[in-house]
Amino acid sequence: MRKLAIIVTALALAAPATFAAGGEGAAPWKQWHAGNELGDRASLQRGVRNFMNYCAGCHSLKYVRYQRIGNDLGISDDVMKANLVPPGAKITDYVLTAMPEGLANASFGIVPPDLSLITRSKGTDYVYRFLKTFYADPAAATGTNNLALAGTAMPHVLSDLQGVQHAVFGKDGKFEQFEAGVSGQYTPAQYDAFVRDTVNFLEYAGEPAKLSRATIGVWVVLYLLLFTAIAWLLKQEYWKDVH
Amino acid sequence: MANAAEGPAAKGGFRVWLNKRLPVDEFVQNQLVGYYAPKNFNVWYFFGSLALVVFVIQIVTGIFLTMNYKPGALTAFDSVEYIMREVEWGWLIRYMHSTGASMFFIVVYLHMYRALMYGSYKAPRELLWLIGMFTYLALMAEAFFGYVLPWGNMSFWGAQVIVNLFGTIPGIGPGLVEWIRGDYGIADATLNRFFALHVIALPLALALLIVLHLVALRQNGSNNPDGVEIKSKLGANGKPLDGIPFHPYYTLKDLVGIGVFLIGFAIVVFFVPTFGGLFLEKPNFEPANALSTPEHIAPVWYFTPYYAILRAVPDQRLGALLMGLAVLAFLFLPWLDRSPVKSTRYRGWIWKLALAVFTVSFLALMYLGLMPAEGLYVTLARIFTTAYFAFFVLMPFYTRIDPVKAVPERVTYHA
Repeated sequence: MRKLAIIVTALALAAPATFAAGGEGAAPWKQWHAGNELGDRASLQRGVRNFMNYCAGCHSLKYVRYQRIGNDLGISDDVMKANLVPPGAKITDYVLTAMPEGLANASFGIVPPDLSLITRSKGTDYVYRFLKTFYADPAAATGTNNLALAGTAMPHVLSDLQGVQHAVFGKDGKFEQFEAGVSGQYTPAQYDAFVRDTVNFLEYAGEPAKLSRATIGVWVVLYLLLFTAIAWLLKQEYWKDVH
Repeated sequence: MANAAEGPAAKGGFRVWLNKRLPVDEFVQNQLVGYYAPKNFNVWYFFGSLALVVFVIQIVTGIFLTMNYKPGALTAFDSVEYIMREVEWGWLIRYMHSTGASMFFIVVYLHMYRALMYGSYKAPRELLWLIGMFTYLALMAEAFFGYVLPWGNMSFWGAQVIVNLFGTIPGIGPGLVEWIRGDYGIADATLNRFFALHVIALPLALALLIVLHLVALRQNGSNNPDGVEIKSKLGANGKPLDGIPFHPYYTLKDLVGIGVFLIGFAIVVFFVPTFGGLFLEKPNFEPANALSTPEHIAPVWYFTPYYAILRAVPDQRLGALLMGLAVLAFLFLPWLDRSPVKSTRYRGWIWKLALAVFTVSFLALMYLGLMPAEGLYVTLARIFTTAYFAFFVLMPFYTRIDPVKAVPERVTYHA
């Protein structure tokens, strides 16, 4: 019995321990949530526009075709061709970047990663935090650094929109807060919406089937409920004989 | 009369023709209608038939995945994304298969736990238990090989960790590891052979073992929650008094169980296919990369109890040995358990306490195996590893002194 008591106590202790491990007074930015809504089609459409304008120069979506995006997000082939498919690419092509790997390596020292699965491997919150935590850092080659990915090779390509904020670090080197720096075209609220739309599109790009699978799932589960109810009634009828 | 089987088909002629050549009716009579099962099965008795259902789901979805999957270090990851995005209903087939893998273990663990609760491994069903355990071992191998196939980064590093365990075997270890991999590292050759084992060798072995399991089951019939042998009380018709024909009674009851199971299965597949990173892990959405180790490598949840034991031991060789023993310990249950009583219902408090300690240990180790191996987690893993093995090692002693109750003559059943 004593052994059991020890085990139960140990188990009870284990639960808070997990919180303690992640604790260390997490800065508020670590608690930001993307809060994007896959069902918001207008947001997805703005997201693909953002992606093609600001990201696609360096980042590919090598598993996604332009036409599939158009079909899924309700953008006609003509609008896609006129606005989003780059010159020289066909609408049935995958979303590849125009930047040759050699140039990318020379410019950044790294090939910018394909973003098809970034929200699946890192999560939407991570991408949201990454795009919102660039800060001025004169020591960095690009002039900016990032809280979510320290030492990132990526320049703050959205600085025209967000501006460049400053980060205040405490004496122990821990991040404390952001301070306004050079301002951009967008208000903080507008930039937030811009990032959220972009993350929303990337979540879609990570799993296009996600747009429809829950809807199909509702019908499948309803069918199975009906099936199980009938099977149960049949079973009850037969089992009347068993005493 | 002599013409009945040869002449032009009379009424029911095909059936006569068929049965003269293939004993269909005889098989149905012997195995389903004439096979008597105890009438007092409870909810724990659904998991055998459910395991068979999952096996079929895995085989069927696996066939369709194989049509589009391309084994090879350069093609595997892309082909899985191709299935997820461009193959008609490919995402559904893939999610059914990945969910099916986890469901297989949920169902099989509950099936095994049932045997533990009601002493189903005890005489005369020792071989039935052993064959089931070999099925479980084959299933573990099958799941491991399958996990490597998408060639994500966790596939790669998981394979690295598991294959390297064989390197701890004294003497032949390093050579053995190289032989398993077919290369000096986990590479294209490894992926291709794992694919062959996953789609041909192990499914064949599993099918054979499942058939043997069913044959052995029919030899003595099912145990039941009371642990009473129903064949010892026969009625005037020579059939067990407490037995009912498997068909239609249990085929229909199992159908209800299958319905409930499929509802749960569909909810995972359609609404939470990654199950919060437990069924499909986040790092596995990055392609295999020998230069980038995932933050912390953890196997899928169904292997984590053993993984926790491996990491609880400071010495790697001893850890690997204990890990292997933790799996193999189940094989010896029929001989470790000296209780005269099968079912927990009629056993004493010592057994009940032991079973509770084991249950908590297994679940705790499952949780700890998912956590990083540091600080309190390691201490806890050591405590629960000790408890896990104590359950087996001390079994011959505590089952002998356990104050058992009288077992009834007949099963308890309330209609």
